[in-house]
Amino acid sequence: MYRIVKKKELAKNIKLIEVEAPMVAAKAAAGQFVILRIDEPGERIPLTIADFNREQGTITMIFQEVGYTTRKLGELKEGDFLADFVGPLGQPSEIEKYGRVVCVGGGVGVAPVYPIARALKEAGNEVISIIGARNRELLILEEEMRAVSDELLVATDDGSYGRKGFVTELLDEVLRRNGRVDRVWAIGPVVMMRAVAEVTRPFGIPTIVSMNPIMVDGTGMCGACRVSVGGETKFACVDGPEFDAHLVDWDLALRRLNMYREEEAQALAYHSGEGGNCRCQ
Amino acid sequence: MPVSLKKTPMPCQPPEERIRNFQEVALGYTEEQARMEAERCLQCKKAPCRQGCPVEIDIPAFINFIKQGDFESAIKKIKEKNNLPAICGRVCPQENQCEKYCTLSKKGEPVAIGRLERFVADYELARGESELPTLPPPTGFKVAVVGSGPAGLTAAADLARMGHKVTVFEALHVPGGVLMYGIPEFRLPKRIVQAEVDYIRRLGVEIRTNSVVGKMVTVDELLENGYDAVFIGTGAGLPYFMGIPGENLLGVYSANEFLTRTNLMKAYLFPQYLTPIKVGERVAVIGAGNVAMDAARTALRLGAKKSMIVYRRSAEEMPARKEEVENAREEGVEFHFLTSPVEFHGDEAGWVKRMTCIRYELGEPDASGRRRPVPVPGSEYHMEADTVVIAIGQGPNPLVLRTTPGLELTKKGTIAADEETGATSRPGVFAGGDIVTGAATVILAMGAGKKAARAIDAYLREKGRRSHG
Ligand SMILES: Cc1cc2nc3c(=O)[nH]c(=O)nc-3n(C[C@H](O)[C@H](O)[C@H](O)COP(=O)(O)OP(=O)(O)OC[C@H]3O[C@@H](n4cnc5c(N)ncnc54)[C@H](O)[C@@H]3O)c2cc1C
Ligand SMILES: Cc1cc2nc3c(=O)[nH]c(=O)nc-3n(C[C@H](O)[C@H](O)[C@H](O)COP(=O)(O)OP(=O)(O)OC[C@H]3O[C@@H](n4cnc5c(N)ncnc54)[C@H](O)[C@@H]3O)c2cc1C
Ligand code: SF4
Ligand code: SF4
Ligand code: FES
Repeated sequence: MYRIVKKKELAKNIKLIEVEAPMVAAKAAAGQFVILRIDEPGERIPLTIADFNREQGTITMIFQEVGYTTRKLGELKEGDFLADFVGPLGQPSEIEKYGRVVCVGGGVGVAPVYPIARALKEAGNEVISIIGARNRELLILEEEMRAVSDELLVATDDGSYGRKGFVTELLDEVLRRNGRVDRVWAIGPVVMMRAVAEVTRPFGIPTIVSMNPIMVDGTGMCGACRVSVGGETKFACVDGPEFDAHLVDWDLALRRLNMYREEEAQALAYHSGEGGNCRCQ
Repeated sequence: MPVSLKKTPMPCQPPEERIRNFQEVALGYTEEQARMEAERCLQCKKAPCRQGCPVEIDIPAFINFIKQGDFESAIKKIKEKNNLPAICGRVCPQENQCEKYCTLSKKGEPVAIGRLERFVADYELARGESELPTLPPPTGFKVAVVGSGPAGLTAAADLARMGHKVTVFEALHVPGGVLMYGIPEFRLPKRIVQAEVDYIRRLGVEIRTNSVVGKMVTVDELLENGYDAVFIGTGAGLPYFMGIPGENLLGVYSANEFLTRTNLMKAYLFPQYLTPIKVGERVAVIGAGNVAMDAARTALRLGAKKSMIVYRRSAEEMPARKEEVENAREEGVEFHFLTSPVEFHGDEAGWVKRMTCIRYELGEPDASGRRRPVPVPGSEYHMEADTVVIAIGQGPNPLVLRTTPGLELTKKGTIAADEETGATSRPGVFAGGDIVTGAATVILAMGAGKKAARAIDAYLREKGRRSHG
């Protein structure tokens, strides 16, 4: 059993939990993820490691409540336990001194970008970060990102804070303005990552994205997480989750994410008691 | 009274009923049936059956106890050698193991050794907590076992019974390996697996789930941090795909994913259990081994109208056990031989709808001794399928192998290990089961675990002598 030692609401439907898992914390690196299961009938869900504390032996995750499992996770309190927690999974980000890098985070994707930006900064890079959300209330980790970036730019879809528009527009400006950018990291919704890939492609800048396909085991055993990269099939849980944005088959990634739409709605309805058959207790 | 030439039949759920549930198909012997079957055993002096049992069970001795109605002594006799009898009694391919060598098989059917083993194991489980053997005093040595499939569990149990402190590291959230995630509930109920795992825990073995070796900790770190030896039993968990167009369409599963969702995650109880699975009306399973049979039979139980085995060789070459093929046929699984897909086609939403298949002919025998399938040019045709399960085999998962420098591998990517001892190229590191042989059987994995435990014990005692001498 893995204890939740801290919990915080960062924005509407976006929560942070810190979980005690010393063996995972001892090895965790930016870019990796964990898989957790709340209880026995639960699904195994992957979440990116947003931060880790080796001394205290804890892992921080930031998640958006999108379906049954993430909502239920959002209801847990400090002191509650998770049945299962496994990691660190996947390959760490390739942190080197590249020169000037841009880190782009959209929505809850700012969370996984944060440890990468921090590591890049520590490795001696000039870090320009661009973060965005639908509106001001949904923007997370602004201060944390500012602290590890040489420059921080913010966009909101509705213009309630920072620039009105998408992170990709800011990225395009940065690339035009700054002449040389050596590498771009982008994490967020698939449509955003795809848009970033299209922005950097004409500039020929190596661009890394973190893929979030549906997973089961996270150890390369099932193949649920396959993504197509440069025409080759890869297992995101062991070969990734980070891949070259310019080589990813985005249509396939989007389709595979929606594979269980009906079942996800059904699970939510069943457990939230529509039709009076609540079994979630 | 002359010995009957036939095995005492075992009661089964009728096919039309069982394809609508996930309960066990074979129901097991009653006491009378078990005693009747035990009567068939000739108690041969040389007991040829014993050479077919990789875990060295004294077969005539335990059968003799059943004859006398002393089921408790029978199970004790088995457990001297085998810590997982309820599992072996169900899934051992006995026709290639113990029963193959039984004297009776020269004239008729062999003694149903597996069914008898299952009977006494179930008899004990039904009576609650089983008796533990007396354990020797602790030796002070610590052994890490990586993977909790049949190889790892057997090595762990035997080492514990030799007095060593054993910790098992398992990547998944439950121990058991393929016994939990692969072999379906209707052949091997998961509560049976967990009951036998619990017995191993009670022998003093600590099992740490959610522990991926190679990620959370490496083999070298285990050796540096107090473990005197390591046994690697990580199995053959890497699914092979065919590498043909359309394989990433929605509805195309690897057998591992299809079975893991169903067995380990209990998708058949969705939405009460939260992991979903999608099964259409026409399911095509590519391949004809045990894994393929399990997938095809699972598909029926998940509601498929038609479940088809698609195999590029003929009925003769099918690697699955005869009994499993028979069960699948009875349940209405369709067999399409000498054909294999070359492309999958989907609808606008990206769901698989159809396969282009090509027909095959059998040519000269290949390295495996089976006649090689040769594609017939121009024989392409379409076959409708809205769910496809690829069951063409599994390879070794590289997570441990890549993070253990100096560990020698074979050309197939499996660990190179001594057949008799499991010793690898790294001193103190032993291996056995599917990670060494490639995908094989439960009992061979257990046999390898047993031999390795003996070799590890010898290695530790030698090590102890050196450090004291
Ligand atoms: C490597 C990786 C890292 C991730 N990191 C984060 C993170 O840091 N923060 C965050 O909020 N989300 C993250 N996700 C996504 C997160 O796993 C899903 O939001 C979660 O599984 C949804 O489960 P649910 O039951 O709440 O929703 P559901 O209603 O079941 O599903 C909602 C959507 O989530 C996706 N999803 C469903 N099941 C899975 C699954 N088993 N594995 C992956 N995706 C699934 C599907 O696209 C689905 O349409 C990550 C995913 C991956 C693969
Ligand atoms: C669907 C199916 C049906 C089968 N039916 C039969 C049958 O009827 N009869 C029969 O005899 N055989 C059958 N087999 C084959 C048999 O199950 C295997 O040969 C046997 O389980 C191999 O045992 P093992 O201990 O080597 O590996 P496994 O059972 O594969 O166990 C390996 C374990 O190691 C764990 N692991 C892997 N990597 C790591 C890591 N890095 N860190 C920690 N843990 C790790 C895995 O999660 C797993 O639990 C079947 C196989 C399948 C897939
Ligand atoms: S363990 Fe398997 S091979 Fe050995 S006696 Fe039992 S059924 Fe036969
Ligand atoms: S060979 Fe057959 S008949 Fe002879 S002892 Fe063994 S099980 Fe009994
Ligand atoms: S999640 Fe199963 S192989 Fe990646």
